[in-house]
Formats: sequence, C-alpha cells, structure tokens
Amino acid sequence: MGIPFGYVLALAGIVVLLGMICATARRNLIMILLGVEVMLNGAAIAFIGASLRWQHLEGQAFVLFIIAIAAAEVSLGLALIVYLYHRTGSLDPQDYKALK
Amino acid sequence: MTLFNILFFAIAALIVASSGIAITRRNLVHAVIYLIFGFFGSAFLFYLFGSPFLAALMVIVYAGAIMILFLFIIMMLRVESPEESLFPPRQILPAVLFAAAYVVIGGLLLVNDPSAAAPLAEARTEPAAFGRYIFTNSWLAVEITSLLLLVAIIGALLVGKRPVKEGEE
Repeated sequence: MGIPFGYVLALAGIVVLLGMICATARRNLIMILLGVEVMLNGAAIAFIGASLRWQHLEGQAFVLFIIAIAAAEVSLGLALIVYLYHRTGSLDPQDYKALK
Repeated sequence: MTLFNILFFAIAALIVASSGIAITRRNLVHAVIYLIFGFFGSAFLFYLFGSPFLAALMVIVYAGAIMILFLFIIMMLRVESPEESLFPPRQILPAVLFAAAYVVIGGLLLVNDPSAAAPLAEARTEPAAFGRYIFTNSWLAVEITSLLLLVAIIGALLVGKRPVKEGEE
C-alpha cells in the first residue's frame, strides 16, 4: 500500500543536490548558508524515511539532533556573516582577500 | 494509488519546486520566503511519515526561528541585489559536473539496492513514546547537544558584540 523506500531516498537526494548546487554556485554568503540548510533538510528527510522503513525510533532521534545542530550552526554562521560584512562591507566571498 | 501515495507525491513536488525556486532567486528575501514553503513541506512529510512531534518542531524551529533569523539579517544588512550573473560560469561548471556524478552514482545505488523497493508501512509515533526513547537511549547526546547550543549562544554573542574598529563605512 505504501510507497517504496527508494522514492523517499530519491527525494532526499534531490533536496541535498539542490542545496549543494546552491552552496557551491552562488556568490553570496547568505545564499551559501541557505544551501547548507537545504542540505540538512534533505538529510532529515532521509532519516525520517529510514525510521519508517525499519520501524525504529533511532532515525527520528537523529532528526531531533539535526534540527538542534542546524539552529546552532545558523546562529553562529549569521553572526560571523554580520561580523564579516561590518569588516569588509561585502557579502561576496571573492572580496575577502585581506591575506593577499 | 492510495491517499498516502498521492499526498507523498504532492508534498515531494512541493518541496522540490519551492527549494528549486528558492536557490535561483536573485532577491534574498524571496529566496527565504520560498524556502519557508519548502520547510513547511518537510513538516507535512514528517507528519505523513508518522512523527507529529518532529513536524511541529520543524515548523517552530526551522520555518519559524531559523528562517526568521535569516530575514532579520538580510533586512539588517541592507543587501542590494547583485548585478553580476546569478550563477557565474566559473562556479556553475564544477557544480554541474559534481551534480551529474552525484546523480549517476546515486541513481545506480538506488536501482541496485534491494531494500529500496520495500514499501513503507504506515506508523505513528506518539510524542510521549518518542520522548521516553530519547531520554533513555540517547540522553548523553541530548546533553551534548544542549552544551553545543550553549556554546553557539556564547559564540554568537561574542562575535556579534565585538566593537568594529576599522573597515566600517
């Protein structure tokens, strides 16, 4: 009656792929951080699907930690972005060449 | 085609479409708003897969807190829309190459995986059972995560509060 587990994995893979493209191809620090968020979301989808597939709660416990780590990562990442913007006046990673 | 299947495909289309639109927006505010729709779709998917507690957490933490934090920062920094190309060819080319390799390898893995064809049974986790499981089986991870959140708070305060001396426009 249910859908195959492979469909859930495929959906998670597509979401991770979208996040990966966003994180590697955009030229804005905020969009790069958004891409990382999308990748974490895809990982959470895969864990929830696996939790349902094997009827085990470990996957859902992992999703709880993924959400907590995403919150920690985003707060620290955005603080660093604000600091960098105040230091250099730009959000383009190619403008950061103070060590050159 | 049961209701479960129809809902799954509708939610999957919603997630992929809103994420795809979000990562191609030039305007950051629009990107964040579209991504909020994507995270709502994930919350629906979690609910469909039988974990209402995580669905609520997804709406509250992801769509509610994280994305609003992004919106605050975008509006605080007054980021203007960049005038250069959205995906510069020097960056999109390796990204597309790696994405193609990822798709090929992932597709092969999925096609050849015998456990991928197993249909999902419907199940539902009560929040009380989930909480009992978390606090008996992975209580140490909960403590470590709380410590991590504390470190993130302190770090964000330290980085954000530092007075800016040079480079201020």
